[in-house]
Amino acid sequence: MNALRHALRLAFEIARNALGRIFPDAWNPLLHLGALGFFFYWIVTVSGIYVYAFFDTGAAQAFGSVERMTYEQWFHAGLMRSLHRYASDGLVVVMLLHLLREFAYDRYRGARSFSWLTGVPVLVLVYVAGITGYWLVWDKLAQYVAIVTSEWLDKAGIFGQPIARNFLSPEHLSDRFFTLMVFMHIAVPLIALLILWVHLQRITKPRINPPRGLAVGTLLSLLVLSLVWPATSQGPADLLEVPADIGLDWFYLPLYPLFEALPGPVTWGSSIALLVMFLAIPWLPPMRRAKPARVDLSNCNGCARCFADCPYSAITMVARTDGRPFEREARVNAALCVACGICAGACPTATPFRRATALMPGIDLPDLPLARLREHLHEISARLTERPRIMVFGCGNGVPLAGLENPGVGVVRIACSGHLPPSFIDYVLSRDLAEGVVLTGCSEGDCHNRFGITWTEQRIAGVRDPYLRARVPRHRLRILWAGPLGRSRLEELLVRFAAELAVLPSHAEERVRRRRELAEAGDA
Amino acid sequence: MPDLFRYAGQALFYAVVMLGIGYFSQRPIYENIPPDKAQILLSFSHGGARAEACRRLSSEEIARLPPNERRPNTCSRRRLPIRVQLLLDEEVIFDRILQPTGLAGDGPAHAYEKFLVPAGRYRLVARLEDRGRADSFAYENELVVELRPRQNLPIDFKADKGGFIFYL
Repeated sequence: MNALRHALRLAFEIARNALGRIFPDAWNPLLHLGALGFFFYWIVTVSGIYVYAFFDTGAAQAFGSVERMTYEQWFHAGLMRSLHRYASDGLVVVMLLHLLREFAYDRYRGARSFSWLTGVPVLVLVYVAGITGYWLVWDKLAQYVAIVTSEWLDKAGIFGQPIARNFLSPEHLSDRFFTLMVFMHIAVPLIALLILWVHLQRITKPRINPPRGLAVGTLLSLLVLSLVWPATSQGPADLLEVPADIGLDWFYLPLYPLFEALPGPVTWGSSIALLVMFLAIPWLPPMRRAKPARVDLSNCNGCARCFADCPYSAITMVARTDGRPFEREARVNAALCVACGICAGACPTATPFRRATALMPGIDLPDLPLARLREHLHEISARLTERPRIMVFGCGNGVPLAGLENPGVGVVRIACSGHLPPSFIDYVLSRDLAEGVVLTGCSEGDCHNRFGITWTEQRIAGVRDPYLRARVPRHRLRILWAGPLGRSRLEELLVRFAAELAVLPSHAEERVRRRRELAEAGDA
Repeated sequence: MPDLFRYAGQALFYAVVMLGIGYFSQRPIYENIPPDKAQILLSFSHGGARAEACRRLSSEEIARLPPNERRPNTCSRRRLPIRVQLLLDEEVIFDRILQPTGLAGDGPAHAYEKFLVPAGRYRLVARLEDRGRADSFAYENELVVELRPRQNLPIDFKADKGGFIFYL
């Protein structure tokens, strides 16, 4: 499982970097698969409502009405029909890529299993909606879809009368069946939308709209495709002819030839096994679950910064329970916490400068407490013998850090870039633990913990609490968001950074000089 | 990379993705049935005769029943299995005994069978026995047909219409 995940992640990283060359970071389609899924869903909905206004429900009328749309009203209803078809296919593509990507980046287990679990029914419902849609056109493809689907359902052996008998001959065909299909084609996507709402419940600030540029590009290209290669029907259905050479929609119907050819126990058994496997994936070994963040009430003043920064809504602010003179306290829902540590990075009490009392932030990770991180920092700094010394802070989901250490470079592993309180950067430089600091993590716009990069950049820029203090010399800090393929970029950055630091005076000398300059400016 | 190249790259990306969507939404063509074959589709839903004949209740038996359930006859729910045979030019291509459906065995027996045959002229004979006799068939219908390539010939059974119905 790990090998598969790593291979997939590598493939996604290569594709992401390749797309990064032509798309601005904010528009990279691979970073907006879920949002693109919503975008396609809305296109399908709007075009579907439009097409429905011109559609005649009924076995005898359906095909003719769709043909009129396609040829006589091609410039509006026909265009909408094509948009409806192609956006539905696009929805399947981005939905499957989204699922694969979350698997590849290990974002489907533990607290995130909820989103995975609620995503699987959506996948099934989108397929049901698509299949019932093909049914409605009542062309040869619809005939094939109707017969294979009903034969497959009959193979389950749970229906009294074989459903496929509804398509035995023209005499057997009923308009009521079409009414049922129309109802399903409308009801199923609505149910899917409801489940999508649940799907997003445990995510803070979900991205459900793609960036405008990406949305415009996607819509324009769909329009061009619809105009250049309009969706057409495949001849009227005729139950006295076997639908022969069929242009299958391979996004929705790739398994239909198998469903038709294989016996019921095989197709039903494998379908159920596949569904169960999809649902069970979050619980398959290897299991890994870090301990959730823990609140220390003696250091929590209820400032709610952890609540504001948590990407998974795992923290709530509740009425104070310890009698201290604060209105609220933070409470962690262990079931939702992924132990990213972003809450600890947001806590104003998480400052390594504390000496009078132990470093116990208001909220911290039991597996990687900030006090241990500070101890570790001192140990690593003591081992650095070659100047300039550079301290690298990096997470386990970004640039690979193994083997990076050398006499001039120390590596401190953190849970996420957002896990590091900005004061730690100040601490390293002002306590002369290193001459320079490098902060590295996942690729730009693709933080494993959603907001680690964003919050870190805002904290360093001084627009989000807790700020990196103004006194920290920014020329002694380098940031690299590069992801798993960014090792060579990090190594190059370290060489260049070391060369730049080597010609600088020490940080202490810089501070003395700066104080002097400020004093002189004040005198003047 | 200059902006022009980036825009061209984006246009190329959209073109490739949309071409892929356009193509795989209707190609490659799937050949569902060989061009020289035709299909015979036998499907029906029919209940056999009752396994036991209805019996007249005695006046004592009627008196023992609750007043709202009193009736002159009693019938067993179970139906007999039915036997179906399909012959193509004297060759038996289907011969099966179909059991009644339902937990009590009181539902109709169902058949849904497809036969792919080379296109051509055939004499089709369909037989059905629903009275439990082993030596004869209650219904027998015949059709001589020239099956076209990829023709579908559905065969249904309706006892009230005289037996098998061939849809041409």
